[in-house]
Amino acid sequence: MLLKFAKQIPSSEITSKDAYESFNATRRRFLGGAVAMGASAAAGALLPEAAFAAPTQTLTKLNVVQTKYTVSDATTPEPKAQSYNNFYEFGEDKSDPAKNAWKMHDRPWTVKIEGLVKQPQTLDIDKLLSYRPLEQRVYRFRCVEAWSMVIPWDGYPLSELIKFVNPLPSAKYVQFLTAKDSKTMVLPFGIQFPYSEALRMDEAMHPLTLLTFGSYGETLANQQGAPIRVIVPWKYGFKGAKSIVTIRFLDKQPHTTWNDMNSEEYGFYSNVNPNRSHPRWSQARERLLNSNSILPKIRTTDMFNGYSEVASLYNGMDLMKNY
Amino acid sequence: MPTKAVPWIKVVVHVLLLIPVALLFRDYQSGALANQADPVNYITHLTGDWALWILLMSLAVTPVRRIHSSLAWLIRLRRMIGLYAFFYATLHLATYVFLFSGYDTATAIDGLRHGKLGEPFHQFALAWPAIWVDITKRKFIQVGFAAWVILLALTITSPQRVLRWMGGKNWQRLHRLVYLAGIAAVIHYWWLVKTGVTRPLPDTLVLALLLGIRVVFAIMKRVRSGRSVPVTSASV
Repeated sequence: MLLKFAKQIPSSEITSKDAYESFNATRRRFLGGAVAMGASAAAGALLPEAAFAAPTQTLTKLNVVQTKYTVSDATTPEPKAQSYNNFYEFGEDKSDPAKNAWKMHDRPWTVKIEGLVKQPQTLDIDKLLSYRPLEQRVYRFRCVEAWSMVIPWDGYPLSELIKFVNPLPSAKYVQFLTAKDSKTMVLPFGIQFPYSEALRMDEAMHPLTLLTFGSYGETLANQQGAPIRVIVPWKYGFKGAKSIVTIRFLDKQPHTTWNDMNSEEYGFYSNVNPNRSHPRWSQARERLLNSNSILPKIRTTDMFNGYSEVASLYNGMDLMKNY
Repeated sequence: MPTKAVPWIKVVVHVLLLIPVALLFRDYQSGALANQADPVNYITHLTGDWALWILLMSLAVTPVRRIHSSLAWLIRLRRMIGLYAFFYATLHLATYVFLFSGYDTATAIDGLRHGKLGEPFHQFALAWPAIWVDITKRKFIQVGFAAWVILLALTITSPQRVLRWMGGKNWQRLHRLVYLAGIAAVIHYWWLVKTGVTRPLPDTLVLALLLGIRVVFAIMKRVRSGRSVPVTSASV
């Protein structure tokens, strides 16, 4: 298997400290402006500045090992990655999770390992976090909604954990369940919770599949799926379950939330595929959100989101049918 | 409400209905818009939301006016509110064409700056296949576009002169299409959100209420006129 050991990130493409600071400065000016406007309800209705004004979570710096996983486009500014999230447990709008997710506690946290494993067990988050050195991998993140980001994720291959918990040979699928807590979450009534996502065993074992604890060298913000999530870079973003509380090994393909909601729009595989249109929009191109420009940066979407080394997982499969 | 005050109220309504686009411009100037994670998505939703809300406001004028005879002057605001609904719907459509559809506005503007006047058209030719697929295949685009076409027709026929030229009855028949525009706009909203997402619900309930009131009025009117005939004949 050929891993994508691309060249080091050219320094020109890393968001410079200055650019980042000016981004923050603008944000602060804007916040200042919003405060100055005081009780201006109209302004409140217009910009979801609450995303920035919500009680901020203190993110802990992580010790990460740099890797060669990178892409040719500039990294998305961190505040953008943390203010634009599909995490429906915390609300339907992409600005909602940043406003609401602070209520969730990411400690204490345990992950249940169950189903077809030799020894079902419950693992503490800090044990999981320190089980292997954390790698920083800059991946493309392609949302099924035809926008994308470039994000440095911090974690280690999911395969390391799977090997550790020792599933039975009969285990063919891995299911991930997200936390569900009506006290701290919004849980909109149109969707069945807990959120369920799943991978085929070979997909879960693929070295690109990252058990993720952080991004940008810090612990995940709650709205990104703290304290533990999965990132599967060749699939649409929703395949990466957030705030995982249960990992279950199964012999049959389990139900998955968006596939339950609308199987025509969200297939079980949901590999990034520019040829297979979402029924409501084309997937041929994407809006790359990695700058502070109002005009959209249009990018051609690559098969498997550019991670062509996974193609062999689907040999002999018709990906227009198994979308 | 004295008739003299209405022009002043109109000024106030103009200002109020321009606030959303004014704040959008302010956020563009200050950089706050660029700091949005996905400015395109943000502008799309903002213009779409306000187009629908203002359309609902225009549909609310008649029922509210009927609450009491002292509110009759509200009717004089209805046309301008309707025109603002068209204004925001047009911004929404323009956002789709120039920012959302894949049209490369940045390159088009760059071309203009370098004196290449054909660049915007060239970019449009590039984006057109995707737009055409949207128009021919995507139901939510079609129904949204239909709503805009209706609002366009109502806008063109809104001046007094056109009303006189068309004749009141024809004009009214045409302008009843505004109900259809409202329904199409709400369907557009439901079809564009993911299954299970209930965000269009409040707007839908308001529209249902506004249309429901009209149905109730119509029935009451019929019942009243229907009853008045036998009552008088019985008394004879």
